Amino acid sequence: MSWMSLHRRLERNAGLLIFGILLVSAVGGMVQLLPIVAGDSHPQPAEGLAPYSPLELEGRDIYIRESCSTCHTQQIRPLLAEVRRYGPYSRAEEFAYDRPFLWGSKRTGPDLHRVGGRYSDEWHRLHLLDPRSVVPASIMPAYPWFGRNAADGHGSIQARMRALARLGHPYTEQQIAEAPSALQGKTELDAVIAYLQSLGRSMDGKSEP
Amino acid sequence: MTHYEDRVVTAFTYCSVLWALLGMAAGVYVAAELVWPTIDLGLPALSFGRLRTAHTTLVLFGFGVSALIATAFYSVQRTSHVRLFAPGLAWAVFYAWQGAIVLGAVSILSGWNAGKEYAELEWPFDLAITAAWVAFAVVFFGTIARRKIESIYISNWFYGALIIVVAMLHIVNSLALPVTLGKSYSLFAGAQDAVVQWWYGHNAVGFLLTGGFLGMLYYFLPKQAEQPIWSYRLSIVAFWAFVYTYIWAGPHHLHYHAVPEWLQSLGMVMSLILLAPSWATMINGIMTVSGAAKKLKADPALKFIVLALAFYGLATFEGPMLAIKSVNVFSHFTEWTIGHVHSGALGWNALITFGTYYFIVPRMAGAPLYSARLANIHFWLALAGTVLYVLSMWGAGLSQGVLWLSLDELGEVRFSFNDVMAAMQPYYLLRFLAGLAFLAGAVLMAWNLAMTFAGRRTVLVAPPAVAGAQARA
Repeated sequence: MSWMSLHRRLERNAGLLIFGILLVSAVGGMVQLLPIVAGDSHPQPAEGLAPYSPLELEGRDIYIRESCSTCHTQQIRPLLAEVRRYGPYSRAEEFAYDRPFLWGSKRTGPDLHRVGGRYSDEWHRLHLLDPRSVVPASIMPAYPWFGRNAADGHGSIQARMRALARLGHPYTEQQIAEAPSALQGKTELDAVIAYLQSLGRSMDGKSEP
Repeated sequence: MTHYEDRVVTAFTYCSVLWALLGMAAGVYVAAELVWPTIDLGLPALSFGRLRTAHTTLVLFGFGVSALIATAFYSVQRTSHVRLFAPGLAWAVFYAWQGAIVLGAVSILSGWNAGKEYAELEWPFDLAITAAWVAFAVVFFGTIARRKIESIYISNWFYGALIIVVAMLHIVNSLALPVTLGKSYSLFAGAQDAVVQWWYGHNAVGFLLTGGFLGMLYYFLPKQAEQPIWSYRLSIVAFWAFVYTYIWAGPHHLHYHAVPEWLQSLGMVMSLILLAPSWATMINGIMTVSGAAKKLKADPALKFIVLALAFYGLATFEGPMLAIKSVNVFSHFTEWTIGHVHSGALGWNALITFGTYYFIVPRMAGAPLYSARLANIHFWLALAGTVLYVLSMWGAGLSQGVLWLSLDELGEVRFSFNDVMAAMQPYYLLRFLAGLAFLAGAVLMAWNLAMTFAGRRTVLVAPPAVAGAQARA
């Protein structure tokens, strides 16, 4: 059998074996990833979608720090029950400024993609500091340190915005210059609330599901 | 200098057991937090999000990868009949890897997080891990290059695929622009980032948790059963089909998400095809052990490996089923996913590692296992823990899937999210108990192995002479 003798060569030559594994395993990734990430294939930002404000960006980075996406998804599937429960289904162009994406893989708590504007700031304040004070059955952790910590304790907001600008987020020099004053006197709690309130707003006022 | 370099194997084995205990303890603790949410004591480091990330990092990269490197170093020497290439470099891999795990776990608990699931370590760790991995590759392939045996044994193909493919996945998925020491932004955004992440995430499961541990299976199962691999041809076909097909299956993590339809359908079809090579390997394993039924009754190590093979079969059947879009619509985002992961992680990865440790530690210590009885108790605790874990998460996941999507006659959702969440409590309690049983078994093993090794040093074994047709020209 010729394929057996071909394989006998492969398994006697470490270099050939390495090359074979690399070649065979790379095919699927090339077919699936290249059309998605190559060139200008990125979805255009949704109409009216702006990059996160300094306070929202700070809130988002805190959301990442605490791994909120472990329990909360940000991805509404185009299913009737999901659209009824959470609002219009998620569109790719709504995530153009999400680095990294935070769609999550598990709903221990509810989806948050369209949570923006759904509750008052005060509700979020109570809920983040003591979830069970507003949702008795909640199993979410309390985040008392959000109220104690000043926003941008590391003073890195301008560096973060510059990095995102280099990756194509349209921040102006003026926005970057004014960022520290926008965070002046704010806590991490204010930042997380600002981020949550910004989520999924680009479908506001539209009637599509 | 003719003996095998097994001391570094002992070191990796020790650390891997330690990470198993710590990582599983973190898992049990976060499981308890879902039942008693205030036991995080208001401390950031004990908060669910951070501790769960520490749990997955410790069990995957602490326990799992240390076990893979230990067994790769052990078996590549014995299948090549030559000492490990560059033992100093092998020790460098040891210190670099363990250092990265210690500091990495601390960094996650203190809030460094790249935000991508199973790749949360920030960029300094990504660089350190890459360097350690390249050194691992040099030691492994260097040993193979100096082998005295003509053919490269099957287990080494799988370990080799682990090394090559995980390097590729890790480097691409970690591409990021550093901002500060503990913060970077992904080079990919939104939907693009999601596709890259699940190409990584799914294939970390594929080549680390499946392929790497199949390397372990292909060496240690025939060794313990004292039977040759049933079919050499089947192992060839299954290996290449596995390496080719697995990579395509990632998009099933993004069913009904904001990514192109063709990608989802392709991911689903390839996931179904993946059943064939997965089960081909399982059949090869079962047929190999079928001649050793007597030994199976008496040898706790072999029992662990055969049970692991059964869970491997279950998980690799369940995976393709969950990848079917009309099944996935119910299972997605639910506890079923957690159950599926753990039927693989506990039932397959942990059990085969435990079985392997019961085999190699007495050999490296040059003494019989301290207690076969303890190992048997461990076996039943591990089995009960895994089954209870999987059943509780199946129950929870099915309930969530059906209740979340249930509509009344007016087309409105029938159950509020909070009601469904509250109904999960009994399942969460069961899962906590299941995890506790599994952890208790692992503690018994740690004690058993430590007592086996107490007061001893790693036995230094010389490679046997090779002659005849097998010898390398």
